[in-house]
Amino acid sequence: MNADTPTTPERPAPSPPSPRAAAARRVASGALRWLFTLALTLAGLLVVTFVIGRKVPIDPVLAVVGDRASASAYAAARAQLGLDRPLAVQFLLYARDVLHGNLGLSLLTSNPVLDDIRRVFPATLELATLSTLIGVVVGVPLGVIAAARHNRWIDHVARFVGLIGSSVPVFWLGLMGLLLFYARLHWVAGPGRIDPLYDGMVDTHTGSLLIDSLIAREWDVFFNALSHIALPAAILGYYSVAYLSRMTRSFMLDQLNQEYITTARAKGVPERRVIWVHAFGNIAVPLVTVVALSYSYLLEGSVLTEIVFAWPGIGSYLTGALLNADMNAVLGSTLVIGATFIALNLLTDALYRVLDPRVR
Amino acid sequence: MQKKNNGWRSTRMLSTVAAALTLTLSHPAAAATPKDMLVIATMLDEFSTLDPGEVYELMPEEYIANTYDRLIRVDLKDPSHFNGDVAQSWTVSPDGMTFTFHLRPGLKFHSGNPLTADDVAWSIARTVLLDKGAAAVLQGIGLTKDNLQKNVKKIDDATVSITTDRRYAPTFVLNVLGAWPASVVDRKLALDHQQNGDFGNGWLRTHEAGSGAYRLVKWTANESLVLQRNDDYRTPLAIRRIVLRHVPEASGQRLLLENGDADIARNLSPEDLAALTKSGKATAFGVPQATVLYLGLNTKNPTLAKPDVQQAIKWLIDYDGIQSNIVKTIYKVHQTFIPEGFLGVLNDNPYHQDVAKAKALLAKAGVPNGFSVTMDVRSGYPYSEIAQAIQANLAQGGIKLQILPGDNKQTLAKYRARQHDIYIGEWSADYIDPHSNAQGFAWNPDNADSSSYKMLAWRNSWNIPQLTKETDAALAEPSTQKRAQMYEAMQREMLANSPFVILFQRVSQVAMRPGVSGLEVGPINDLVSYRQLKKQ
Repeated sequence: MNADTPTTPERPAPSPPSPRAAAARRVASGALRWLFTLALTLAGLLVVTFVIGRKVPIDPVLAVVGDRASASAYAAARAQLGLDRPLAVQFLLYARDVLHGNLGLSLLTSNPVLDDIRRVFPATLELATLSTLIGVVVGVPLGVIAAARHNRWIDHVARFVGLIGSSVPVFWLGLMGLLLFYARLHWVAGPGRIDPLYDGMVDTHTGSLLIDSLIAREWDVFFNALSHIALPAAILGYYSVAYLSRMTRSFMLDQLNQEYITTARAKGVPERRVIWVHAFGNIAVPLVTVVALSYSYLLEGSVLTEIVFAWPGIGSYLTGALLNADMNAVLGSTLVIGATFIALNLLTDALYRVLDPRVR
Repeated sequence: MQKKNNGWRSTRMLSTVAAALTLTLSHPAAAATPKDMLVIATMLDEFSTLDPGEVYELMPEEYIANTYDRLIRVDLKDPSHFNGDVAQSWTVSPDGMTFTFHLRPGLKFHSGNPLTADDVAWSIARTVLLDKGAAAVLQGIGLTKDNLQKNVKKIDDATVSITTDRRYAPTFVLNVLGAWPASVVDRKLALDHQQNGDFGNGWLRTHEAGSGAYRLVKWTANESLVLQRNDDYRTPLAIRRIVLRHVPEASGQRLLLENGDADIARNLSPEDLAALTKSGKATAFGVPQATVLYLGLNTKNPTLAKPDVQQAIKWLIDYDGIQSNIVKTIYKVHQTFIPEGFLGVLNDNPYHQDVAKAKALLAKAGVPNGFSVTMDVRSGYPYSEIAQAIQANLAQGGIKLQILPGDNKQTLAKYRARQHDIYIGEWSADYIDPHSNAQGFAWNPDNADSSSYKMLAWRNSWNIPQLTKETDAALAEPSTQKRAQMYEAMQREMLANSPFVILFQRVSQVAMRPGVSGLEVGPINDLVSYRQLKKQ
């Protein structure tokens, strides 16, 4: 090198980022990615639902003014709903309102859609959560035991439970449950979320009657609400048990035939440990996916169960709205259900990281 | 040691679960309903508004009837008589066009505000000015936005007069003024909540401002409606609180009634009713309703426009078979457009299944081998079941009926656009005057596609200048007897020749637990009263 050649002063080599900063960057970029996915999914949902809603051959004006309204009343209601404007303008106006947190008024209840959803979604959430808990607590161990005792009596029982759960209609089981446990044995309360006597006795904090009554320490209300939810939760829980036990059994049978299980057994590892630690540990990830799917299915609102048990959840709300072209309610409910799906996916992904070191 | 410890843990866990289950199961599954509280299991999914100026569905009309007063109400025992509600007395001018009402003294709204002639006149004007579904009823006596100031007047604090645009039968005017759109609204309270000149409509959709026997405590859409006794009401009321519970499944209503969690059930199936009354757990009674179930044959279809084809279809249907096998106690055979219980009803059911006669008529019409046609049918009981039975009946005459299932609002939109062949539907009267149905079935002043009057005759493209004139003449006839004769003649005419196959009249079946009495049920929900309810 020529001595006269100017040399650039040497800069100190950049120090590698600290592990904490790198982790923070990873979290931030993950969060951004998630926010982008969330926004894109919700926007897609909004567009598709809006277009379908406007194209269905149902006249929402009839739901507002009735069948015999004068031509002027009909035209006024149509204009008030904004249906006389071009579809694109209707969509843009709606999207603007949604971005401002305004989901509009429901034609069917005259309430803001957001208020309706605040009322009906917790009812579904309460029922779905309890049912999923039953499904996990009973279904997963049943599936594990069935696989461990393959082709023995407990396996036959688990398969029978799964078969009945897949083939018996939920409304029939609901009605039979009501007939037996409510009408004959008087073990549980009948249709509805609470007896009229207790209605409105506790302030609404979460929308879940069980939790709100616990907060208020109103034990009579709590037990009444528990006795109302017990049967529908048990019925939906049964379907969850059937599904989860079937899936768990299948995952476990697959694992128990692997060579590492044979090795563990050959090394003298106790059978309980082989099953619950080695094999079960390896099915945790797919099992979380299956549980999340089952939970999200229940969160959509099980319409038939809600009808049989007069349960005012989001399923019957959305169905009623769809049948009457109450598009604000349909769009609002769809957005909430969509957001719940995304949130559950996020939770499932987070659980993957906890359960599977390879994903971290 | 480890094993022992695990076993102890399992035992402790089992004990905890068992204790929780025992606690839950040992707790009463339901609390006993107090004697002065009454629970009605019904369907509340029709409720989209609580404003009397906007309501037009059946159950909401029942709610309005029990929370709001009106000038007069029709006497359920004799529909040609009227009882004063807030009006103590009334007079009709010699020209039959001005009705003057004198109010009772000391009337009050639930809010405590006094009820005056100002409130009455404002409420009637409000319904017309709001121009929602309910306005059509008051427009029937010629009240319009333009003539309100002249025709609806406060004379003094206790007197109000209403003038019609022309002479109508007095019973018709009184029926209209006795219907829910003329409910008296607390003017001051509604105006306190007015926004953008909406006469308080936005607020009244979910609140109440009446003076009726019961006041609204809480409405939870598609869940429940809670009413509380108005202790200042002019007659004593035995029931302090009434809860209407939304129970969409008929079997659920039956179970609630059997177990004492409901005192009255309103939507039981014929099978549930029979089982309940047989077991002695409930008493039931039926009241014919002002709702007729019919087929509308669109005369835009050239085959269906032929009178002989219309007649043939009427002779092919097995009315009694459908009634006894499908609709049983909740519908009765009724073939004229005015329902039983109304002035001028012609209780004449001349049609029965006669396949040979029908085939001869089809041959005469030039379609001896039948034809293909579609029918729009709303999903759900009993429409789908009736449609299937009719499909089999018509096939006996060679008519191939294709059923097009759809949701109620979907099939209705198609019907209102005159795009159907055959439509199966129901028509309910707004008030118990024959004009409500005559206007629907026998009145079509403008058969053009752009017509403003989309009543049933128009929807089936049935051009009937003569019948329209007869409907208008009957509406103006002051003599009740002569008016009844005019409607009878119109029904005979339509039985012989019309594109309407009227099949059944609905019967409301009410089931009550033993010890419950006093529910007054009229032919329309607007005439269902909770005032006499008692529970022992």
